Amino acid sequence: MRIRAIALAAMMSTTMFVGFAEAENVLRWTSQGDALTLDPMGQNEGPTNSMNGQIYEPLLKRDREMVLEAGLAESWKPIGTTGWEFKLRKGVKFHDGADFTAEDVAFSITRAQAKSSDFKEQVKSIKEVKIVDDHTVQFITDGPNPILPNEVTSLYIMDKGWAEKHNVVEPQDFAAGEETYAVRNANGTGPFMVEQRLPDELTVLVKNPNWWGNASAEHNIDKIEYRPIKNAATRVAALLSGEVDFVLDPPLQDLKRIDAQDNLKTITVNQIRTIFFGMDQGVDELRNSDVKGKNPFKDKRVREAFYRSLDVEAIKRVVMEGLSIPAGIITSPGVHGFTKELDKRRPFDPAAAKKLLADAGYPDGFTVQLDCPNNRYNNDEKICQAAVAMLAKIGVTVKLDAIPKSQHFPKIKNRVSDFYMLGWGVPTLDSHYVFSYLFHSKGSWNGTGFANAKVDELTDTFAVETDLAKRDKQIAEAWSIVKDEIVYLPIHHQVIGWGMSTKLDLPILPNDSPQFRWAKLN
Amino acid sequence: MLTYIARRMLQALVVMAAVSFISFSLFNYVGDPVDNMVGQEATLEDRQRIREVLGLEDPFFVQYARFMQNAVRGEFGISYRTKRSVTEMIAERIPATLELVFVSAIIALGLGIPLGVFTGINRTSWISKAVLTVSLVGVSLPTFIIGISLIYIFAVNMGVLPSSGRAGTVELGGWKTSFLTIDGWRSILLPALTLSLFQVTMILRLVRAEMLEIMRTDFIKFARARGLPENRINYSHALKNTLVPVITIIGLNIGGLIAFSLITETVFQWPGTGLMFIQAVDFVDVPIMAAYLCFVALVFVTINLIVDILYFVIDPRLRAEEGH
Repeated sequence: MRIRAIALAAMMSTTMFVGFAEAENVLRWTSQGDALTLDPMGQNEGPTNSMNGQIYEPLLKRDREMVLEAGLAESWKPIGTTGWEFKLRKGVKFHDGADFTAEDVAFSITRAQAKSSDFKEQVKSIKEVKIVDDHTVQFITDGPNPILPNEVTSLYIMDKGWAEKHNVVEPQDFAAGEETYAVRNANGTGPFMVEQRLPDELTVLVKNPNWWGNASAEHNIDKIEYRPIKNAATRVAALLSGEVDFVLDPPLQDLKRIDAQDNLKTITVNQIRTIFFGMDQGVDELRNSDVKGKNPFKDKRVREAFYRSLDVEAIKRVVMEGLSIPAGIITSPGVHGFTKELDKRRPFDPAAAKKLLADAGYPDGFTVQLDCPNNRYNNDEKICQAAVAMLAKIGVTVKLDAIPKSQHFPKIKNRVSDFYMLGWGVPTLDSHYVFSYLFHSKGSWNGTGFANAKVDELTDTFAVETDLAKRDKQIAEAWSIVKDEIVYLPIHHQVIGWGMSTKLDLPILPNDSPQFRWAKLN
Repeated sequence: MLTYIARRMLQALVVMAAVSFISFSLFNYVGDPVDNMVGQEATLEDRQRIREVLGLEDPFFVQYARFMQNAVRGEFGISYRTKRSVTEMIAERIPATLELVFVSAIIALGLGIPLGVFTGINRTSWISKAVLTVSLVGVSLPTFIIGISLIYIFAVNMGVLPSSGRAGTVELGGWKTSFLTIDGWRSILLPALTLSLFQVTMILRLVRAEMLEIMRTDFIKFARARGLPENRINYSHALKNTLVPVITIIGLNIGGLIAFSLITETVFQWPGTGLMFIQAVDFVDVPIMAAYLCFVALVFVTINLIVDILYFVIDPRLRAEEGH
């Protein structure tokens, strides 16, 4: 008994000791999965870009309102229709002390274009990077590219000399299967530097004392410790017990509980990601349906019937606990081309839906399979279950197939799904990203078989239109066509919530990527 | 004796071959690894190139032959997710799991045997009844519930122990140990306790049953008649005789602990092989999944082999059968 008492006392004293020893501001945080690599061109994936964005910097960043702001470039302007010119910030140093120059920008863009890079698409339009002088570069594009500044926000700039010295001129190649030096080491210009990197276990970043932004820095963080915690309950427990200051992805149902604690708070924002259903209206016969010889989704009345049978307000209330914004189009506020008008939904009306189905020749409905991921979006499987019940009310029998994302997404890409759930985020914050992937007849994620010559033409046009007023009109026209055609069934824009200590001040961003350069610990 | 062992080894080999085949079949039936490896913007050519480099385009048997060749050499390729050697990753994670298993085995023995002896001797006391009732909880509650409850009691409410992670490790010749620092002990305590609860119950009940039986035997009665002190009878005579089956079971269970610590490791974010396996499943990281299955099979097969050989050494009847 006495031994146990002593042991307990010893434990308590170490806790207190730890408490006293830290005069510096250490921000401890967690989320469910670790960054895949520190090579900034190795993987184009949310958590990875987010981690690398603390260490590396792009030419242009986004401010709290997601508006473009100066990063490593101080200013930028189009040069006619042939490209863009960037004036680089002077006096910037990499973490190892090397100077940041135009050479490094040219090197990084070339690196992003390499075969093994995961950012090739984003730099496809760049034909050449011209070094005008040490602090001026021109990106010569393959025809006009009005959204290039948006595309460079996740292209991080590496030091040419460092890359050569450590033999990482080429981005990490998945296929070759080698771990390069850049996977666990980094040399950026950003506000934080890597002190320790144990993948899946612990990543320690420390304040970069020589960061160019320090003079006007908003953060007061000396050290960041990141430990991924896979289990959701444990993640929340770590926040409740004060072991971490910030949880990026607490389960939605726990937000109220976190908020109820005196020393904790939650902040929510609507994310730039819309959840919707796709219907294959291209094939002649559905693969998993009792309708033979024809495809009911080819009939717009059927698509409209489905649309009107979905009670998205009920989904918001019951499934999402209020944390969603019912959607009228499949892109969110904040994306260029989005308007409130477009986002208005056709009203929920099961009676009208039943009539539309009957008019289309399916008075008794039909059966169809709904493919749904069960580990990708907030409450994805539950949303699908709700939709099944709602469609049943207009006579449509839906077989639900909810499976992990690694098996779900290939179905869409291989064009073998009749009816599926998908969510789409827009890193460039421009409608073009949505149209080129989801509506263009050649779009790599267009699993609907929707092909409309006018939409294709508009998509290709506003990719290169530099007259912004004209471009906006084209985007608006394209949206109105696809909205009228009911290509997809929009459900909602996702809302995300972060949980954190009241001691921490950190603005939430719609792209779910924390920016610790704005973090303050009181 | 040699033929017996040889036969056992042969059986073990057959088991390993079967497991390796099942592990390998994963490559073909669990999702598409390429999807997880490339971003959503990857082109079809990118995918094709990666499929070719990974050898996913070869016929089934060519792939299997390659897998076996490498597996025999202890090579399981490169993790799809981290791009590191799988063998290296398992080697890196093993200390965490082994230490966790070691501590939970100590807890299981330290609690299970004395409590078993106590409840065996004091059958009617209310303490025994209470212990037995509580011990039932140990078997019937799922591990993750026990783990989460412990986290809420000791980390969230009392704030005396960390809820997750493996803090305070010290590098000792390539082995990361938790045993040398207070922080290390603090973080191993809850997961080890969680992992041990089922074992405590099992050992307790086993020891108790054996004790009850032995206390009825003649040599205990004689010992009593000779006026030996009660403690000597209980702990020296009786306990010694209960331990043979207990040790056998414990041996087998340690294998189970290593293999199935995965729930405990996930709940506590304990960076051992179990957590690595779960992360691999999420990502369809087939090389890790395959290697882990082979590794677990190897642990079981080896332990079974040792137990079989020990039986042979201990039990003369087996040797007699050999003669026929």
